[in-house]
Amino acid sequence: MSKSDLAFLSNDLIYASMAICALAFLVFAYELAWSIRLGEEKTTLTRRQKVIRIAQALTILYFLLLFAGVVTRGLSAGRVPWGNMYEFSITGALAFTLAYLVASLKFEVQWLGILITFASLLTLGTAVTLLYVPSAPLVPALKSPWLVIHVAAAIISGGVFLLANCIAAAYLILEQVEKKRAGARPEWAVRLPKLETLDQLSYRLVALVFPLWTFAIIAGAIWAEAAWGRYWGWDPKETWSFITWVGYAAYLHARVTAGWRGKRAAWLCLIAGSTFLFNYIYVNIWGTGKHTYSGL
Amino acid sequence: MAPALGFLICGGAMSSSQVSYDSQPPQLSGIGFARWIWRQLTSMRTALVLLLLLAIASIPGSIFPQRSQNPLQVNEYYQTNPEIARWIDRASLFNVFSSPWFSAIYILLFISLIGCVVPRTWEHFKSARALPPITPKNLERLEEFHQFSTNWNESELLKHASSELNRRRYRLRTLPDSIGAEKGFIRETGNLLFHLSLILLLIGVAYGSLGGMRADVIVSEGETFTNVATSYDSLSTGGLFSIDDIPPFTITVKKFTAKYDLVTNAPIDYRLDAQVVDEPNKAPRDVVVKVNKPLTFGDARVYLQANGYSPIVTVRNSVGAIVLRGPIPFLPQDGNLTSIGSIKVPDMQPQVGFVAKFLPTFERTVERGGFSTYPEALKPVLDLAAWSGDLGLDSGIPQSVYRINTEKLTQIGLDALSPGQKWELPNGVGSITFDGFTPWVNLQVVRDPGKAYSLVGAVLILCGLLVSLFGRRHRIWVRVSQKDGDTIVQVAGLTRSPGLDEEIRTLVAVLQEKSEIGKEDNVKE
Ligand code: HEM
Repeated sequence: MSKSDLAFLSNDLIYASMAICALAFLVFAYELAWSIRLGEEKTTLTRRQKVIRIAQALTILYFLLLFAGVVTRGLSAGRVPWGNMYEFSITGALAFTLAYLVASLKFEVQWLGILITFASLLTLGTAVTLLYVPSAPLVPALKSPWLVIHVAAAIISGGVFLLANCIAAAYLILEQVEKKRAGARPEWAVRLPKLETLDQLSYRLVALVFPLWTFAIIAGAIWAEAAWGRYWGWDPKETWSFITWVGYAAYLHARVTAGWRGKRAAWLCLIAGSTFLFNYIYVNIWGTGKHTYSGL
Repeated sequence: MAPALGFLICGGAMSSSQVSYDSQPPQLSGIGFARWIWRQLTSMRTALVLLLLLAIASIPGSIFPQRSQNPLQVNEYYQTNPEIARWIDRASLFNVFSSPWFSAIYILLFISLIGCVVPRTWEHFKSARALPPITPKNLERLEEFHQFSTNWNESELLKHASSELNRRRYRLRTLPDSIGAEKGFIRETGNLLFHLSLILLLIGVAYGSLGGMRADVIVSEGETFTNVATSYDSLSTGGLFSIDDIPPFTITVKKFTAKYDLVTNAPIDYRLDAQVVDEPNKAPRDVVVKVNKPLTFGDARVYLQANGYSPIVTVRNSVGAIVLRGPIPFLPQDGNLTSIGSIKVPDMQPQVGFVAKFLPTFERTVERGGFSTYPEALKPVLDLAAWSGDLGLDSGIPQSVYRINTEKLTQIGLDALSPGQKWELPNGVGSITFDGFTPWVNLQVVRDPGKAYSLVGAVLILCGLLVSLFGRRHRIWVRVSQKDGDTIVQVAGLTRSPGLDEEIRTLVAVLQEKSEIGKEDNVKE
């Protein structure tokens, strides 16, 4: 298979994965709508669980297709598939979905599927429409082993931060819902984890990847020293990485030492997460600076 | 938010010794007030607030163009909105990272961290040798509390508890009726390491900018660059830098090769073959410089930063004598290396200047005029506009080498030349020949004596972070007492890290099992 065949195959796989992802989203949404409508009828619980299982199977299928799409993209360019923002986005969606699938092995987070598939669709949709660039070799500045180290760390941290943020958002929504009904949950939310569990889970995820995020920044700085002649130059991407770092550091501090829990902590988590998204979207697309490999 | 943040800082893993904060300044004047200020500044609360402030203060630096990164964009800003630009400049928003207010936050953070962490480190090392805290009077008030009674011997039970806790690496304080145990000293060590390393990082950054230098020089193929202050095109140095800090090496640019992708026109590879002499009288050596592979001379490094073309021209005067010859570096304007430049010939009467464009792969449309469609020189053309009059070089105002001020000049003609072509200027003024072209490279010489400190600081920050996030700190107390002939055993603990409840539950289970007939009669949540 020639390199351009591989590039086309990759595109097809990405489109196919999006279709399956959309399907998974619809099934998750159907299940949610069903449980909202049925209200108090408890008998449907097992049937609804079956539907969830279908949705999750579709999510796994979507993940596998996307994985194949990312791998063929890398093969078509003869390198790791992290050379521009299109590739970064598809790998990011992959990491995000993987974080969800792994987390759902250990924790009760299947119900998050609707958010995960929605966010993935959004990411992939943006990638194929706005960010797409043809498969091409790396520009000289990216030819370095640090590409793998730095970008892998950044992508994984990003995926897990976003997952933690989805959970924090779910916390805030459920908290609101419970408050309206004086602590009781509507039928559709009954099987969702307790608020405390959500709170703990998003904290654990952040605590887990915060060191990795720190490492991603340090690796970036070491690389910048070799590629750009300085390890820190307050380039917009560097500035916003620092802001995200301080944001999550404040979040961890607030939890560990001030005992912030619940709503306040969730908001802080969302603020820190939004600085990450801002860095990813705004700085890549509209920002200037050295970090623009997005090819836009 | 302030009270919460206050607790945030003084509570927690850092506080082996609780520090109290007076939120009101004392009514004392003089020394008392100064001490109050110092205490406020060096509280961890202040340090964290300053770190947050530093993050917030860096935001405008990513919104407004920065002089240090993008001087052209700053100029553009000035041209489009001169009035607003002046106000922005007054607030240092074009120089955020060297502005007084940014430096103020940075320096305060530095002082605050030192004042806060150094004494704490001292405390910490003293407490490393100290015994675990004395058993509190009312154990039942602690968050984890278990109690059971047994008819086993008190001292036997305590002995068992000791050996059990010992096995789990607790440090012990043995009292007549109880034992205190503590574990997880490492967590606090990690926390302190983190903050101390932050100081080291800041020192590295500060030392690097004070003792460092950064200089740029454009060298055409075939030319030799000698590292002395006068040969730079631009040079910026820190306050403590002296030019003797870097060796007088030379670099001869032998060959520069750029490869481009035929589909996207993006660069694939830059390679500079050069010969360097590390010090005068040393043997020359051949080197290859690439984007991710700078040259190293002592603690200075030389980076391959940019590249472009230098057209080679020969200018003759009205009698045919050569008045100017050589490669003249042009400034690239886009990815296809459409380059602009100027050829100034002051030694003619009247003076002549050429406003020029070099197009490596020439194309022309009505709307755009001449431009380049590929970065490699496949069809090179030199577009020239000749001007005659006063170049204004003697006015004392420094001029860009790439531009000509045409105020006191009149245009005398336009032409486009291919390599080898000659243009006879109108009115017998003289002629210009486009002999060819050669690539140039922009070498950046950087010395940063602080970067090793920063790197060590950053790596230790990461280590400290890992230890303080994943280390666990527990305190456990066991007390025995007599009641109606039975032995009452109380086990309680205090923690800020997860896992204590389980630790205590297993301890209680083990003790009950050991005392065989233990029966738990009170478990408090
Ligand atoms: C202190 C230095 C650096 C910092 C703080 C930094 C930060 C980041 C961050 C936060 C990301 C995550 C993706 C995003 O938000 O867009 C990222 C991705 C990336 N970094 Fe860096 N980086 C640094 C240096 C470098 C250097 C020196 C290079 C290459 C010469 C580089 C190349 C990339 C690439 C290719 C990506 C993925 C694609 C993209 O998002 O554009 N980074 N970096």
